[in-house]
Amino acid sequence: MPKITFIEHNGTEHVVEAEIGQTVMEVAIKNNIPGIEAECGGACACATCHVYVEKEWRETTGEPDEMEEDMLDFAFDVRDSSRLSCQIKVSEELDGLVVRVPEKQF
Amino acid sequence: MSPKDTPESGNGGGPVIEAQAVIIGAGPVGLFAVFELGLADIEAHLIDILDKPGGQCAELYPEKPIYDIPGLPIVSGQELTDRLLEQIKPFNPTFHLNERVEALERCEDGRWRLATDAGRQFLTTVVVIAAGGGSFTPKRPPLQGIEDYEGKSVFYSVRRIEDFRDRNILIVGGGDSALDWTLSLQPVAKSIALLHRRDKFRAAPDTVKKMLELTEAGKLNFILGQAMELHGEEGLLEAVTVRTKDGETFRHDCDTVLPFFGLTMKLGPVADWGLNLHENLIPVDTEKFETSEKGVFAVGDINHYPGKLKLILSGFHEAALMAQQAHKYIYPDKELRFEYTTSSSNLQKKLGVR
Repeated sequence: MPKITFIEHNGTEHVVEAEIGQTVMEVAIKNNIPGIEAECGGACACATCHVYVEKEWRETTGEPDEMEEDMLDFAFDVRDSSRLSCQIKVSEELDGLVVRVPEKQF
Repeated sequence: MSPKDTPESGNGGGPVIEAQAVIIGAGPVGLFAVFELGLADIEAHLIDILDKPGGQCAELYPEKPIYDIPGLPIVSGQELTDRLLEQIKPFNPTFHLNERVEALERCEDGRWRLATDAGRQFLTTVVVIAAGGGSFTPKRPPLQGIEDYEGKSVFYSVRRIEDFRDRNILIVGGGDSALDWTLSLQPVAKSIALLHRRDKFRAAPDTVKKMLELTEAGKLNFILGQAMELHGEEGLLEAVTVRTKDGETFRHDCDTVLPFFGLTMKLGPVADWGLNLHENLIPVDTEKFETSEKGVFAVGDINHYPGKLKLILSGFHEAALMAQQAHKYIYPDKELRFEYTTSSSNLQKKLGVR
């Protein structure tokens, strides 16, 4: 099973197991990662599952599509590494993925 | 009996609407409640904070598929809304959109008085709370101390354009609200700037074009970046720290900020209605879906009972049982005979198919 590391704003690390096909948001919710709210339940309609993807993983996770970019307008402190975790699907290639949770979700 | 406007004036100033049933929330479950009440000869008013029926289905996921509506293997949020509207058409409900119910209190005669933020008042026998996750409210940017500025320097909506005359305005966002208000306020503002994190906009292309023309004409300052900090004293804003895409920060002088970051759901005034909330949900029985208050029902995502599942289909079932009890309150002398729409000429007449 691929492993994903979530790093909270305060530096706390959570290494959790993910299932192929889940979204990174679902993995976070299942493991009660603080700071991922996912208010809309994964419909790409709220921007409260905002994460920063660590540099070395950005190529593998890819760029947000247009709908996700639009929704990122509703997030706080958006950076080049910003993604909505409900739009990243877990695959074998993402084993070891590291994402950071922002200080605040909107 | 049909609900009617009376000239009697309440403390909101408007006429008091006498109703049999008022449904708070026009999401899928609120809409279906109209149907079930209608079959029981009960006319309904619907109140919703949004400018359209459908609730979350229409606001959050109009184009997203729903797979667990019985009989509809796949249906989008908007299509479900449209079909429900078609289904309740024979019962001709009255919609009151863009309004939020602020107060709910029992009158001496046992009926309920409702007041909305638009000053409208209702006197009704039955209240059905179908408020889902609460009422949609503008998102508040998580900027330190922003609450202190709200109502004085920070506004989430514009009621009167004139209130913004001669102000130094900063509008934040890239959607229709942000751009529409930029265009509308520009003529009265002393200065106006639009702050957005990227040079693409979600707003209508025509609006974007007009905005760019204003920028080129030097009448609008378009800033690429994000708001990070507010500066001012006692609710009076002096400047906003802006961070650009390159990570540089600078102070932008302004006395007014209008942030447009979409909507979020907040429980809102429901919390103040004395309904013994349980973790922000309204406890109900599972026979009538009635709250602790006689005549006030709660259906859909907002209610709670053992085994509750927040599914649209559960809300439909709850609405059906609610209507049975509502009938007892509105027609205490009449018995509601159980019938099927397939075979009952009585129900078919109500549905206008016979």
